[in-house]
Order: sequence, then C-alpha cells, then structure tokens
Amino acid sequence: MSSEHAEHTLKVTKIRSGTVIDHIPAGRALEVLNVLGLTGREGLRIAVIMNVESRKLGRKDIVKIEGKKLKPEEVNMIALVAPTATINIIDDFNVVQKFRAEVPDIVEGVVRCPNPTCITNKSREPIKTRFVVIKRSPLVLQCCYCGTLIQGDEVAKLVIKHHS
Amino acid sequence: MHNPFLGKDVISILDFDRKALEILFEYTDRARRYLNTKLRVLEGKVVALAFFEPSTRTRLSFEVAAKRLGADVIGFTGEEAISVAKGENLADTIRMLNSYANLIVLRHRFEGAAKFAAEIADVPVVNAGDGKQHHPTQAMIDLYTVRTLFETIDGLTYAVVGDLRYGRAATSFIYGLTLFKPRKIYLISPPLLRARPEVLETLRMKGIPFEERSGIEDVISEIDVLYVTRIQKERFPDPMEYEKVKGSYRITVDLLRNAKPELKILHPLPRVDEIDFRVDETKHAAYFIQASYGVPVRMALLTLILGGEL
Ligand SMILES: [Zn+2]
Repeated sequence: MSSEHAEHTLKVTKIRSGTVIDHIPAGRALEVLNVLGLTGREGLRIAVIMNVESRKLGRKDIVKIEGKKLKPEEVNMIALVAPTATINIIDDFNVVQKFRAEVPDIVEGVVRCPNPTCITNKSREPIKTRFVVIKRSPLVLQCCYCGTLIQGDEVAKLVIKHHS
Repeated sequence: MHNPFLGKDVISILDFDRKALEILFEYTDRARRYLNTKLRVLEGKVVALAFFEPSTRTRLSFEVAAKRLGADVIGFTGEEAISVAKGENLADTIRMLNSYANLIVLRHRFEGAAKFAAEIADVPVVNAGDGKQHHPTQAMIDLYTVRTLFETIDGLTYAVVGDLRYGRAATSFIYGLTLFKPRKIYLISPPLLRARPEVLETLRMKGIPFEERSGIEDVISEIDVLYVTRIQKERFPDPMEYEKVKGSYRITVDLLRNAKPELKILHPLPRVDEIDFRVDETKHAAYFIQASYGVPVRMALLTLILGGEL
C-alpha cells in the first residue's frame, strides 16, 4: 500500500461530532493529548494519526476526538507543543468552527520550571507553576517565581506529564 | 503624598519605579537623623524576621531598623529555622507568622520563595534574599549610596564585577539601575559566572547600554561606580579554574592607578579578599559608608510600608 493510499484510508475515518486537531508537527500527537489531560481512560473514542504526509508541514500528526467539542480555552495549551495546530469542531460530519491554538498570556500549572532551586520545585508546597509569555514567535516563557526563561523546543520537553 | 509602598510586598526592585525610590530616599535622609533615637513610629507593630538561610548583616540591620522605629521583633535564623519548621513546609510557616506579625521579612535559598510567601500572607512580605534571584533592599541601599555620593544615579558609567550568575546582590543592583538612565553598565565576570539570560533580556528590553567583559583593566579609566562582589570557589566545578581567575577580579591600589579620581567602590559586604585592605584608605572606598546606610534605608522602607511618618 502506498503511503498516499495509507493517508487516504486514515483520513476517511470521519467523526460525527467532536474535535479534529490537525497540522500537529510530526511526532507530537501524544504530547498534544498529554497537554489536554487525555489519557484514554476517559472512555472517549480517540484516533491518533502520526507521521502522515502534509503539504504544509512535510509530515504531520492528527488527533480526532469523538463526542467532545473542545473550547478555545481548553485547546490553547496545545500551542505549547504544537504551535502550527489547527482545531476543527465537527457537528454532524461538518466543520462548524475552525480556529488555531494560541498560547495564553499566562500559562499556569502546565509547564515545569527547569530551575531546580525554583520554589515551584520545592517538595510539599501548595504551589502551581506560572509562566508569562515574553515572546510568541519564537515562543519564550518566563517563570513568574524565579525569572528563568524557557524557549522553543525546551517548552515542549517541560510540559508536565499527566499520571494515573 | 502618595505612598507607593503602603501595604505593599517588596519582592523585586523591579516592582518599583524611580519615583517610588525617590520617596524612599527622602525618607532615608530623614531616618538618618534618628539613628541614635528610639522612635514610636511603629509602636504596637510586630515585625517577623524569618531567615531560613544564615545571615548576620541583613538580619541585624532589619532588627535594628525595626527596633529603632519602636516595633517588636520576632523570628528565627539559620539552624533555628530547621527546628522551627520541623519538616513543616514554607507555606505553613508563613501562615503562622502571618497570624503573629504585621510584616514578614523573609530570606530563603529557593528562588521565588518570597513571592510565594506573599501570595499566602495577608501582611506585607519583604524579600531579604531569595536564592540567587533578588535582594531588593540591598539594591535600595546601593542606589541610595550612589545618589548620595554623586547626587545622581543617571549618566554614570558602572562596572559590576564578580559572580553575576549566582550573586543576588549584583543581579538586584543591575535590575535597580534599569529604573534609571546609566550611561553604560560593564558586566565583568569570568565566562562561567556571566549574568543570567533573563537579566540580559531585561537590560535589552529597557534599552540600557551594556557590555559583557572578562577583565577590568581595559575599562577602569571610564568607570564612575565599581560594584564588586565575591567569587566563590564552590561555583567552579574545577578548582583549577577558580585558581586561574580569582586574581583577575581583585581590586588593588595598583589597578586603581588608572581610575578617575571620583571613582567610588561599592561592595554589599561581607568581603573576603576581593578588595585589598589597602584600598580601604583611598578616597575610592565607599563600601563602609554604603553599609552604614543599611539601617536608615530599612527604617524608611518599614515606615512607608506600615504607613508611619518620619
Ligand atoms: Zn522557576
């Protein structure tokens, strides 16, 4: 089966109602799910399509979530790991809404601070990490507590992994 | 007068502007008249000194300032802090102090500790040093010293020398200068101890002319204010590296031969051997005057935060 054919068969799995996250940089789909806090144990039907051809990106990932229409504020954090991602809201097999993920001005509780002596890394303190966006392209975040700057690919590596 | 400090936390020198600092400096001028008096400005107030890291100078200076103003002082320091906390987290210790005191002064080895404490406490929190990040009251003292010596902070050429990576006094002084209009700041350190990226980014964003260098000799003749900090051996993974660089950042009478007559040397103290003792007798040495401003600057700050009058 040619890869073009493979892409075709993967793409035809249309969903009736829910969310399609397209144009994810290749290999980042699982990180997108992680940012959304989706583990697969929620019972939602989720299709993860990785490394398919894309005219815009060369290769890309796609995530399809059946039965859940994500709101812009829920999907914005996706931009931390997949700045190129586009979000399509599907209703009755039609795209009813289309938007891009945009990093909010303040990123709270999603990214870990790489500075080991940052107060957010002290054990047993009731504290959530908080970063302020300094630049958007390329993405630069600054820790509100210790001032450390993180940028680009480093941000994706610091996204807090969801457990359980 | 609008009091920009009233009820405020003091986490970073960058939380304030030059207008606010001008008010603080005027109050400091006034506080200097009362260094041998017991005032009743903060009578009935309790100031908590929570020093999770050992400190002598900063803690004593806060304690004297609070007591001169008539406040009661409670607190702990260093080893004592460990037994106070007994495995308790910072958040719970701050909640306890919040219920006892009208103001909390905090020193802690984690960056961001003071900001976190301020989010928990209802009473104002003053950062007396959080890890390598901020030491805003030291910066206030340093800026006040420059203003007193030169009658201005603007238009001067500064060199900040030593450990710019881990030194919170140096970092805070650099941040403090960004609130003014220095002609230029030289950042002089061994390559391993260069100022952190966020500090350089702040200088760029505020449009402050600066240059990073490894040696002092070439620029000594241009400098008005030489801010010296200690380079600690422990910062070097290889002790040989330390031995190689340590001499190059020592201030000696010989080095000062090419300096402007009006050059002044500042140091947050304590010093070890980064300034030769023979420099003390020259007209360049300003670090003892600077140290003497520790109490009046902190008196002024505590008064303003707690809404007193001087
Ligand atoms: Zn941090």
